[in-house]
Amino acid sequence: MSDSILELENLRKNFGGVVAVSDLSLKIRRGTVSSLIGPNGAGKTTIFNLVTGFLSPSSGQIYFAGRRLNKIKPHMTASVGIGRTFQNVQIFSNMSVLENIMVGRHLRSRAGIFYSSFFPPFLRKEENTIREDAEKQLTFLGLDQYADVPAGSLPLGNQRMLEIARALALEPKLLLLDEPASGLNARETIAMGGLIEKIKNMNITVLLVEHDMELVMDISDHVAVVNFGRLIAEGTPIEVQENPDVITAYLGE
Amino acid sequence: MKGKNSAGFIAFIIAIIVIPFIINNDYYIGVLVFTAFNCLACIGLCLLMGYAGQISIGHGAFVAIGAYTSAILTSKLAWSPWLAMLCGIAIVVVIAFCIGIPALRLKGHYLAMATLGFASIIHIVAVAAVDLTGGPSGIVSIPRLGLFGHVLSSDTQYFYFSWGVVAFGIYIAFNLINSRVGRGLQAIHGSEDAASSLGINITSYKVKVFILSAVYASVSGSLYAYYVNYIDPGPFDVMLSILLVTMVAVGGLHHIWGAVIGAIVLSLLPEFLSFISGYLQVIGIKYQPDYDTLVYGGILLIIMLFLPEGIFKGIDGAIGNVKSFFLKVAGRPSRRV
Repeated sequence: MSDSILELENLRKNFGGVVAVSDLSLKIRRGTVSSLIGPNGAGKTTIFNLVTGFLSPSSGQIYFAGRRLNKIKPHMTASVGIGRTFQNVQIFSNMSVLENIMVGRHLRSRAGIFYSSFFPPFLRKEENTIREDAEKQLTFLGLDQYADVPAGSLPLGNQRMLEIARALALEPKLLLLDEPASGLNARETIAMGGLIEKIKNMNITVLLVEHDMELVMDISDHVAVVNFGRLIAEGTPIEVQENPDVITAYLGE
Repeated sequence: MKGKNSAGFIAFIIAIIVIPFIINNDYYIGVLVFTAFNCLACIGLCLLMGYAGQISIGHGAFVAIGAYTSAILTSKLAWSPWLAMLCGIAIVVVIAFCIGIPALRLKGHYLAMATLGFASIIHIVAVAAVDLTGGPSGIVSIPRLGLFGHVLSSDTQYFYFSWGVVAFGIYIAFNLINSRVGRGLQAIHGSEDAASSLGINITSYKVKVFILSAVYASVSGSLYAYYVNYIDPGPFDVMLSILLVTMVAVGGLHHIWGAVIGAIVLSLLPEFLSFISGYLQVIGIKYQPDYDTLVYGGILLIIMLFLPEGIFKGIDGAIGNVKSFFLKVAGRPSRRV
């Protein structure tokens, strides 16, 4: 039980008559990098949305660190320790890079609406702490020089980095990355792999959905293959690559 | 950015102090007092529209509730004006909460619909509930506001007081924006999904900022009642709500100064039009006050076409362009990100 941080038990999601996720059971071990792969439309992002509360399951259970997560609101999954990024980057483009990360410190700070409105920022100690923490995160990702740049003007590779930095500012126990390398060039993809390795070393469990097989096989401890909402194979990268069902799913009969 | 805001704030305070010395005319000072009321309501509305991305077409109703609560409690029950104003705020908080909870739980612009309906209801109540509001004939003999035992009797005194309140409103708004809560609101505007994935309770934040913006409107209404000493339903129709939204949009949604500038420009426009109508008469054009609406529409159209981000951004951008032009002339590279 304590070995796995996330457990899905017979998870099912129907959209009308379409079954997006079908009786799927999966365990993600603490402290690992796991990948969820499968053809387009296999239900990978739906699984992410179920875990983070953006969708609620039609049936089945989700346990996070031993706690049941059914019918939980998205903002509450953040407070139990799940951070996530999105397939199409969702940064706050109207705010600066540093401010984006400062939003990530939301749950690690307390100031309410009254306190915030009566005291100017320089009199609020917490405000400085938030800023310093965010700056540390920025340094960690090597985005220092962009601190005051509007986030929307960053190149896509850096926007993806920023999205991860923002999720890391939450200090999550589990980080869900939805296609972190999509749209990145070869060099940026290698950098992304290095970053995921670093995150793993920070004792954060990583679960990612990704189509770049080289990256997946390179960094994953565990790979789960989904097709038509069903788990068709799982294991180490090598085991999965040799699995005939997986080859069929990707290449056809 | 922050330095720029504090510089603007200081300039604003100086302008408030100096203006009554330049304009020595009670009528124009009075016009500027009304401008202050609009400014106050617009600052609140700007927090809601520009920072939380929600539209309220019912802020005129909150102005009306503030005004009527103050009027009824002071003239009929002889309450202290300050206490009546606080009571108005309390009522508005409760009402905004009741409207906000159902309307803001939904994605999309349901708040606009709910508030539009609410604005018409309040106007009808003001006209029809004769025992309470005096109906179309309104409420008379509302006392003037006193400050530390001194009644604000002259227009100039009221000018300083109401613009002081506006300055305080700006101060609060800026503090809020540069805080955890303000960033949360901007995040919601940027992407609701991302904001909630970071632990921000979207509904709660939207409701809170809606309530805060309603409080701004209520205070503005109370101050209005204490200034004119007589209120009737006339000024509190749905057009007031739309005018407030227009002011914020014209000035610039995404900046507090935008709301302030928008409120000032549109509040002073009728005065300006009646001023130039005298000159138009000389060259043979007979200008009727009815044409005001036409000019309003034209101005709105031009601003939305050429300055979609509002007057404030337009001025800000123009200053930036001039600056970089001179830097280029001086042979120095312009620093623009």
